[in-house]
Amino acid sequence: MSEQNGNLHEFTKGIIKENPTLVTLLGMCPTLAVTTMAENGLGMGLATTFVLVCSNAVISLLKNVIPKAVRLPCFIVVIASFVTLIEFLMKGYLPELYDSLGLFLSLITVNCIILGRAEAFASKNKLLPSILDGLGMGLGFTLALFLMGSVREIFGMGSWMGFEIPFGTPMTIFIMPAGGFFVLGCIIALVNKLANRKPPQSVGCAGCPNSVNCSSFSENGGCQNK
Amino acid sequence: MIKSMLIILLSAMLTDNFVLSKFMGICPFLGVSKKLDSSVGMGMAVTFVMICATLCTFPVYTLLLAPMGLSYLRTIAFILIIALFVQLVEIIMKKKMPALYKSLGVFLPLITTNCAVLGVTILNIDSEYTFAESLVNALGAGLGFTIALVLFSGVRSRVENADVPETFKGVPATLIAASIVSVSFMSFAGLVEGLFG
Repeated sequence: MSEQNGNLHEFTKGIIKENPTLVTLLGMCPTLAVTTMAENGLGMGLATTFVLVCSNAVISLLKNVIPKAVRLPCFIVVIASFVTLIEFLMKGYLPELYDSLGLFLSLITVNCIILGRAEAFASKNKLLPSILDGLGMGLGFTLALFLMGSVREIFGMGSWMGFEIPFGTPMTIFIMPAGGFFVLGCIIALVNKLANRKPPQSVGCAGCPNSVNCSSFSENGGCQNK
Repeated sequence: MIKSMLIILLSAMLTDNFVLSKFMGICPFLGVSKKLDSSVGMGMAVTFVMICATLCTFPVYTLLLAPMGLSYLRTIAFILIIALFVQLVEIIMKKKMPALYKSLGVFLPLITTNCAVLGVTILNIDSEYTFAESLVNALGAGLGFTIALVLFSGVRSRVENADVPETFKGVPATLIAASIVSVSFMSFAGLVEGLFG
């Protein structure tokens, strides 16, 4: 019973409590770049979820085989392989989405969330919790991207998932880069207001998985090795 | 020849700024831009890695992957080359150039898996640039990144001292400031056509 509760917790924590985009502020680049339309946000989110679940599963299975010293390159190879796979699948079955996500589909490889979960969770846990953790985090990411995409599409283009929404004149600035920063800032503030906690004070490279090799951060924000 | 190089350089630096209009390298942009000197250090480190990454990945793609019909392997190959190379530079710099290591090297571990670096190498291939054009594009992208970081560190020091509503304090206020800086970069649109058109 308690194990089941534990597994359920691994699944649900990523969706709201530790939402990777809105709470821990990881994977900001795709969050800002592809969310001009709700559909793109959803597609990007699901592609990332696929990679996250598969890489978590494989890394969890290989955790005793991979030598500790070279674990990060090994994780990156596993992740990049699944990214290549999803590129093929999307090019074949959803060519329109493939074109609109473009470069950012390849850049899933360097999404902090995936390497971060591999390092922090999958390399230390069993198969089932790792898959559930990946699924939860992925869905949390998808949810955040879908929300961002919806807000930007409704205000910026006067439509939602391709349907017209009669909403005055669309404000094009929302689908421009500036609108991305603005909407993300407002959503993070809103989420923290609703959850009744202080907004995060800083986002740093400390969130990036490579910084596990840093023993401390120097005055200028750089990384000091052991 | 020189004209097309300048067009690529200026586009990568200003009109298609990597951070403010392509959204690459947001992590270091928001993380390290608190102080001016760290912005400059990070910017220089990113520029250096971008140019070197292009130097390494372009020949591998055109001489090895493309002729053998393995172009789909580029994501895996590129990220491994970048990770290897950055590690190598870091070790050499630490041993041979301790002064440079202190100002630039400390940022190297943080940018191995930076999407701006992988992004610029893939973009060079996708845009079908020549080797020289790719290098210029990487230089422009790196300089653009530096400019964005340096400008933003100035804006940010004002935002930190401003009295913003409690809910927006911290990251939300920073993001909204970034949005305003991004609007100012929109005014560069048409600059390149205006100069060279």
